[in-house]
Amino acid sequence: MIRVENLGKSFGEFTAVNDVSFEVGKGEIFAFLGPNGAGKTTTIKMLTTLLKPSSGRIWLDGLDPEMDPLKARRSFGIVFQDPSLDGDMTAKENLELHAVLYHVPKRQARERIESLLKLFELWDRRDVQVKKFSGGMKRRLEIARGFLHTPKILFLDEPTLGLDPQSRNQLWAQVKQLNESEQVTVFLTTHYMDEADRVAHRVAVIDHGKIVAHGTPAAIKKSTGTETLEEAFLALTGSAIRDESADPAAAMRQFAQMWRR
Amino acid sequence: MGVIYILWLRELKRYSRSRAQLIASLGQPVLYLVSLGFGMGPVFQRAGNGNYLQFLAPGVIGMTVLFSSVFSGMGLLWDRQFGFLKETLVAPVPRILIMAGRTLGGATVAVIQGLLITVVCVIAGFRPVNLAMVPLGLLFMVMIAVVFAAMGTTIGSALKDMQGFQMVMNFLVLPIFFMSGALFPLTSVGPVLKAITSMDPLAYGIDGMRSALLGMAAGQVRFGPALDGAVLAGVALLFLGLGAYSFSKIEV
Repeated sequence: MIRVENLGKSFGEFTAVNDVSFEVGKGEIFAFLGPNGAGKTTTIKMLTTLLKPSSGRIWLDGLDPEMDPLKARRSFGIVFQDPSLDGDMTAKENLELHAVLYHVPKRQARERIESLLKLFELWDRRDVQVKKFSGGMKRRLEIARGFLHTPKILFLDEPTLGLDPQSRNQLWAQVKQLNESEQVTVFLTTHYMDEADRVAHRVAVIDHGKIVAHGTPAAIKKSTGTETLEEAFLALTGSAIRDESADPAAAMRQFAQMWRR
Repeated sequence: MGVIYILWLRELKRYSRSRAQLIASLGQPVLYLVSLGFGMGPVFQRAGNGNYLQFLAPGVIGMTVLFSSVFSGMGLLWDRQFGFLKETLVAPVPRILIMAGRTLGGATVAVIQGLLITVVCVIAGFRPVNLAMVPLGLLFMVMIAVVFAAMGTTIGSALKDMQGFQMVMNFLVLPIFFMSGALFPLTSVGPVLKAITSMDPLAYGIDGMRSALLGMAAGQVRFGPALDGAVLAGVALLFLGLGAYSFSKIEV
C-alpha cells in the first residue's frame, strides 16, 4: 500500500531524511518510531505531498504523489502532530467541510459523519464549537475526520501526545476497530513505545534520518536482546537527549497562546 | 464549485460568530467619521470645498472595506498558526479553488462591513446625490474588496508569522489608506503627492465611489469612473494572479 525507495530530504546543509526505504502492506498497522528530530514528521510530510522529496520515490496505493498529487491525496487521511481543526466551527461543520473538500457525496457524508461521531463519542456535542472541546475530544474529532472519506491509508503523527491513559486506550481501540472493519492501512508515529508494541503489526526505528531497525515488535526485541520495545528503542538510538530547534510555526503558536489567555 | 462555496461560507460563518470583532472593527471608521466629519467640517466648508461629511463618507467606507479585506486575507496567518491551513492544503482539490473561496469570502465580509458603515454614514447625515448611481458605488466597493482581499492573501501566503503583520500594517496598509485621498481632495495636492497618490489602488476605488455617490459636478473627482474601473479591474487581476501563485507555493 505504501512503498518508499531511497527517500531523502535535505534542507540546505542539513539532511533530515537519508536514503529511507520501506514497505507497508494493505490493512497493516505500521509504527514509525524515532527520537525528536529523527525525521519522522519530515517523512510523513513527504508521504502526504506537503514537502517535495530531494531524492527517491514514493508510491501510495500505486500512485506517485509527486506526479499525481490530487489523486494521491484522496487515497489517504491524515491526523497532524498539532491540531488542524477550525475552532470557530462546530464539530459537524468541520466534518462537513472535510467531506466537501474530499468530494464525498452528500448523502453518504451525512451517514458517515453520524456513524463516526457516534463511534468517537462526539455525537452529543456535534453542534458545539470546537474551541470549547478538550484536548482529547479534539483529537478524536480529528481522527474521525481522517476516516471520513474512507481512505485507504491513515497517517497518524503522534496522535496521543498529551492525552491521558484513558483517552489513549480508547483512541487506539477505535483506530484498531476501524482498521479491522475497513481494512485501512495505518501509518503512525508515537513516543509511547508501549502503544507501538501493542497496536502495531510492524515497526521501523529511524534515527538521524536513517532507518536503524525494522520488523515486528517481537523481532526487534529479540534482535536487541531486550524485554520491552522501549529498551530496544534505547539500545538502538542511544540515550543522549535530542534538541529540536523550534520552527516558526511553533513559536507563533506559543505567541498566540500567550495572548489568548 | 462546492469547494469554493464551502470555504466562502466558512469566512461568513466566522464573521457572523465573532460579534465583538464586528463591533470593534466598525469603531475606528465611526471615530474617523465623527471626529473628522464634524470636527474638520467647518474648516473644509470655509475653504470653499463644500460639505465635508459628504466628501468624507466614501473615504470612510473605502477605509472600512480596505482594512476588513486585508485582514481577512491575512486570516491565512491565523489558520497557519492554528493548523487549519494544513487541512485545506492536503485536500485533493487544486489550491487555486481554495484560494478563490477564501478570497471571495474575505471580500464578501468586507462588503458587508462597508454596507454597515454606509448605514452609519447615512444616519450621520450623508446623502447620495443621485440614487440611480448607488449601484455603481456598490460596484466600486466590491472591486476595492476584491483587490485588497487578494492582496491580503498574497501577503498572508508569503509571511510565516505574526511579527510581519505589524510591518505590513505600518508600511503598507496605513500608507494605502492615507495616500488614497480618503480624507482630503486629490484635485488640489502638489506634484509629489499627486504622483504618489496615483499609484495607490485605493485612490481609484474611492474616486470611483465619489463619482458615483456625489456626482461628477462636485469638483472632487480626479480620475473619473471609467479610468477608476479599468485600473481597479487590472489591479484585481494582478493581485488575484499573485495571490494564486504565492498560495500555490506554501509549504508547511
